[in-house]
Amino acid sequence: MQTWDYIEYLAWGLSALLGLFMVADWLKTDTTYSEDVLTSSREGELEAMTEESFKG
Amino acid sequence: MADFDITSKVQDGMGPHGTKVGLLRVLGPAHVWALGVGIVLVGEYMGWNFAVGKGGAYAALLACWFAGILYTCVAMIDSEVTSTVAAAGGQYTQAKHIVGPLMAFNVGLYLVFAYTMLEAANAITAGYLVSVVATMTGYTGALDQRPFIVLVIMFLAWLNYRGVLATLTFNLVITAIAFAAILIIFLSTSGIVGGGIMQHAALFEGHELPYGWIGVLAAMHFGLWYYLGIEGTTQAAEEVRSPARALPFGTLAGIMTLLIAATLTWYVCSGVLPWEFLGDGVSGSVAPLFDTARLSGSTGLVWLLGFGTLFATLASANGCINDASRAWFAMGRDKYLPSWFGAVHPKYRTPYRSIVFLVPIALIFALGAPLDQVITFSILSGLLEYTFMPLNIILFRKKWPMGVIKRGYEHPFHPLPAITLLALCAVTFFAVFLGYGTQLVAMIGFYIVVSLWFHFRRYRFIDRGAQFTMPWPRPQGY
Repeated sequence: MQTWDYIEYLAWGLSALLGLFMVADWLKTDTTYSEDVLTSSREGELEAMTEESFKG
Repeated sequence: MADFDITSKVQDGMGPHGTKVGLLRVLGPAHVWALGVGIVLVGEYMGWNFAVGKGGAYAALLACWFAGILYTCVAMIDSEVTSTVAAAGGQYTQAKHIVGPLMAFNVGLYLVFAYTMLEAANAITAGYLVSVVATMTGYTGALDQRPFIVLVIMFLAWLNYRGVLATLTFNLVITAIAFAAILIIFLSTSGIVGGGIMQHAALFEGHELPYGWIGVLAAMHFGLWYYLGIEGTTQAAEEVRSPARALPFGTLAGIMTLLIAATLTWYVCSGVLPWEFLGDGVSGSVAPLFDTARLSGSTGLVWLLGFGTLFATLASANGCINDASRAWFAMGRDKYLPSWFGAVHPKYRTPYRSIVFLVPIALIFALGAPLDQVITFSILSGLLEYTFMPLNIILFRKKWPMGVIKRGYEHPFHPLPAITLLALCAVTFFAVFLGYGTQLVAMIGFYIVVSLWFHFRRYRFIDRGAQFTMPWPRPQGY
């Protein structure tokens, strides 16, 4: 078996680890915080402040 | 801009109207530059040379400059609108405010498809590059490219998941190296530093325009490849510290960088590689800058351009994940898609569900679709998006004329850039039709079907009153 064969396995392993990290963290986050908090982002907040300043 | 500190811990990502978790405002103009140029620069390293195959080297240069005009118009228009509508989603959010929901839905899909397809194409290319390295280092078997394709997508998705600042700082570093590599190979091979190896006159003689002017027209299709993706800077709008300054500055600096990089790339490659070899991106020159470095006889240049090619590929895929996820997130937040996608990670402050959701889609395209088809669908989605932009800016200026609302940047000579952009889009549509007519018709058919689905099935879920978030006065004529 050549070095590149080992590198192939390493790439599969790293990919699986990174995927597992994301899925595990995603599930942990979803169970720790309420849906209201997670989806509480609102568009246009900065613009509201900017425009108020522009007019004022 | 207002004289408040938007980086303060009190207001950082936390608006005055009840936002609890928002995207993090941590980026500067350099990150915006890295996002736009990073997505595009891979097009200088590979792909643009198909334009040479369509019409010869001069046709590729004309396509480079005409596409440069097209994208300069895109950059100017985008800079004005997005520095005013500074929210995640970029052109989708612009369309929502300026044109209407159906246009916004379509533009959102153009964005997600263009970037996800491009990400898949980049991952395929990275897998191929690893196999080239394996062969160069003496590997004799047939390397399985799949683990490297998957690793590229998973690593960059993980980086994006963990935070935007690290993601785009990484992009800044590798994009700067890839751009510097183009400058260095130009200086080293053109005769400015050391001996020159350019042979333009000899290589072009008798092959000035091998297919005539129709070849120039056909070359426009791949002329887009020099700049495709610079409009992605707008997706950073909700994460830059100063949108009104950073977005126009980063975007316009980005298009200037690309105009220089594209012209130098054409000059260097067409002066060394015969047009028949250069124009065949499949069995001829897959990576023209790297091939030019190999012909230069300099080992240092070979390594530099080898890393440049890999870095440009990674930067592009990285920026695409960032942009596709922001567009998907923004559509979820507005309920154009299930609102579940509109979630922000409370610790990393990224649209984590959108990032994770798009990973398997990118993997399916990267592992199961041919590269040329993936690239073509990406280009077509981009082209549809550019066609929307001139209509968007004309309506924007008409509804909210100058002085009515605060603009971070005002682009000059309106409506000349909009008309020029529309005309060049029409030319490019015809060029694409010449080579990929079936795909063009199929793609337009796809968008018609999803538009019908949106109109009859999805629109009922949208909170129409909450669509317009900008604190602007009522548009003129309404």
